[in-house]
Amino acid sequence: MSENKSVKMEFEVAGGDFERAGEASAKIKRMLQRLGIAADIVRRIAIGTYEAEMNVIIHAGGGKVAAEVFTDATEITVTDAGPGIPDIDKALQEGWSTAPEYARQMGFGAGMGLPNMVKCSDKFDIQSEVGVGTTIRMRFEHISEDL
Amino acid sequence: MKVKDIMAALPVKLLTPEAALDGEIAGGYASDLLSNVMGQAQPGMVWVTMQGHQNVAAVASLIGVAAVIVAGDSPVAEDTLSKAALNEVVIFSTELSAFEIIGRLYELGVGKE
Repeated sequence: MSENKSVKMEFEVAGGDFERAGEASAKIKRMLQRLGIAADIVRRIAIGTYEAEMNVIIHAGGGKVAAEVFTDATEITVTDAGPGIPDIDKALQEGWSTAPEYARQMGFGAGMGLPNMVKCSDKFDIQSEVGVGTTIRMRFEHISEDL
Repeated sequence: MKVKDIMAALPVKLLTPEAALDGEIAGGYASDLLSNVMGQAQPGMVWVTMQGHQNVAAVASLIGVAAVIVAGDSPVAEDTLSKAALNEVVIFSTELSAFEIIGRLYELGVGKE
């Protein structure tokens, strides 16, 4: 954890709310843009946050999306009190999904959400307990690939 | 090539009349799986999909695609358009199938460079 000053944002995400899906991610994206974070970093953060936000909406019946922006990095923490993931290794495999049919019809549930989070973040941590919930932490360094 | 050049050259209908059409097109991507689009599409691309629900506008905005083309005369929800307007996302629809519109885009030079 960086010790420098930070900017924080936190959002409640309602389960099953596809109407407002992505709003937390969009607001975090706009804040990062205003803070002058490089566009390619902002994009990676937006992707990781959106995937985590959608998982909360589809699987968890609601949760929280929090962003903390330091000078050198951004940390995204997504927590829910949902059903939990019995086999995290399996859930991290590309193509593995337990999304319901209606979500699949909307183009979710391709089993790429967690793998996308791993790919686009510099550090990824997932803690999950069945019947208790899931917490995902992602860290994105502010070092631009464009430099 | 700009978004408005695509509109002039191809049988697409603009569904977001307020959106700016001078965005530069940087290639294209086609998929109906949103996570796949999130992982693979790049800013400035034109995205061809059959999905017309509101999460398409959210994904398009987060990635920063130049325009979305909803193919095959697939229905586009009112909510999708209001969300698109809010986030300055350009959405077209076309009666052409995804295969045909992608072929036409490629003929125009999108993705050839």
